Amino acid sequence: MSASATTIEHAAGPESGPRALIQRLRHGDEVAHLITLVFAGIILLLTSLLVWELWVNSQLSRAKFGWHFFYTRVWDPVFGDFGAAPFIYGTLVTSVVSLVIAVPLGLAAAIFLSELAPRRISDSIAFLIDLLAAVPSVIYGLLGIFIVVPLMRTIIGPALINTLGTLPGIGILFKGPNYGVGFFTAGIVLAIMVVPFIISVSREVLLTVPRDQREAALSLGATRWEATWQVVVPWARTGIMGSIFLALARALGETMAVTMVIGNDPKIVTSLFAPGYTIAAVIANEFTEATGDLYLNALIELGLVLFLMTFILNGLARLLIIATERGGGHPA
Amino acid sequence: MSVRLAWRKGLNGVMLTLTGVAAFAVVSVLFLILGYLIYNGGKSLNWNFFTKLPTPVGETGGGMANAIVGSLKLLLLAAVMGLPVGLMAGVYLAEFSGKTLSFIVRYTTDLLNGVPSIVIGIFAYSLAVLPVKHFSTLAGGVALGIMVIPITVRSTEEFLRSVPNSLREGAMALGASKWKTIATVILPAASGGILTGMLLALARVAGETAPLLFTAFSNRYWSPGWTQPIASLPVMIYTYAIAPYDDWHRQAWAAGLVLLGLVLLANLGCRLALSRSGIARSS
Repeated sequence: MSASATTIEHAAGPESGPRALIQRLRHGDEVAHLITLVFAGIILLLTSLLVWELWVNSQLSRAKFGWHFFYTRVWDPVFGDFGAAPFIYGTLVTSVVSLVIAVPLGLAAAIFLSELAPRRISDSIAFLIDLLAAVPSVIYGLLGIFIVVPLMRTIIGPALINTLGTLPGIGILFKGPNYGVGFFTAGIVLAIMVVPFIISVSREVLLTVPRDQREAALSLGATRWEATWQVVVPWARTGIMGSIFLALARALGETMAVTMVIGNDPKIVTSLFAPGYTIAAVIANEFTEATGDLYLNALIELGLVLFLMTFILNGLARLLIIATERGGGHPA
Repeated sequence: MSVRLAWRKGLNGVMLTLTGVAAFAVVSVLFLILGYLIYNGGKSLNWNFFTKLPTPVGETGGGMANAIVGSLKLLLLAAVMGLPVGLMAGVYLAEFSGKTLSFIVRYTTDLLNGVPSIVIGIFAYSLAVLPVKHFSTLAGGVALGIMVIPITVRSTEEFLRSVPNSLREGAMALGASKWKTIATVILPAASGGILTGMLLALARVAGETAPLLFTAFSNRYWSPGWTQPIASLPVMIYTYAIAPYDDWHRQAWAAGLVLLGLVLLANLGCRLALSRSGIARSS
């Protein structure tokens, strides 16, 4: 479509110089171009302003704590001593838990939708899954508080403590008192929230895998599952990784649902059933109560950290998805 | 049949069944959410909810009329601030774009779209709250407006690109200049899609809570004008859900039902309209 546009521009092109410019200005094309360009520029401006504001407004905290900020465990507003370690830990742990649940579930569902289900059923399920992605996060939080937390306290928690908790090694993750709120609960809620993203991106990537790849595998005697798992999924793996990165970026930045079920306790403990805290949650809870500039600066620095984490992940995810769509995901 | 073959066939059956189970499990979550909200919210939803102000703690009854109006006011601000920027930038990307600059704009838009909403809240706080030292409706509108922009840009660009090239060529062949082609032919042709895209963007930010916590804040009373703190449905759901009062929990369910109903209806309507008109679904 831009091909036609450029040819026409080229046709007018040879006439250059101020007179031609005035001619084109009179036409209005250049003016329209300029106006839309200004609006596009607003986006660039806003984004750079965002980074700038986060940087400037965290100045006090950056100057006072330096790199210590990242590995200090103390969060003491009264004495003005701030360390981000418990929040970074909580953010990472809840996100990892959510991915451990959401990736197998989402990938399996995407495989079903792209490889097995008839197109019509696949499309309508994908439609419902898109609706699931549209549910506001505060609604997930509401359901988290009143459904997942009690379930966790009475059924899921005890069941996991009695099974996984007795295993050597990973057992330590599933020990300790079970309050209902905590890392694991937040992980479950996050998993439900990010699974639609994994499914819809993975499904689209899987659907781009050429048909002859499947047919070749089947004609060599592979079962349907073997063709899918050993041929189709590896072909699409870059895009699937991209979808997982997108999901991770979303899980890291998710605020409301996590704030409502994490328990809000800035501690670093190995038990997944213990209450914790995340970056987004502490900002949501303490921002309006932050007394003093240093406190506010520390919270904004946490925001900066969160921004950088999601920035890097989103950038990587986009590159991976672009690479697959161009066929770069193919191993050969 | 050899043992190996039996094993492979068995594995095939089991794994394929599991993928189906996974798909239906995820979809059933949607219906569980809906069911729970309708059950719990329906019990506590009544006419007062839409017409009364919140009552003081301990007093039962009351409603969230101010939060409903508040959400509408915030959305209006977000639309006024965000939609024009999104529309024009989308036109730029689809119709005027050069190579490098449009790549940068597109990438930045995706980046802005991926910024956690709480960070957008901090940004809007530093833009619109810090300078005047108090929370306001306006600041909440700024936060939501910023979030509307990237969503609108991408959907506008996509729908403009789906307009057949023959229309552009036809208009230009008749001697229309480029901007005239865009304004009188291309935009009207894509207007249905663009408008639905905008509605979807508003539906998306209607449920946002985090960016409002320290911009629009909240308010238990009416908020006249644009410079005072204002209540909104998502923030009310949050504060009511984490409060220790049963009556507030009931109200939270009712508000949740209203919010989810509006958001899902908007999504359902838009997506159905889009799929019916045969335009590619925007992701």
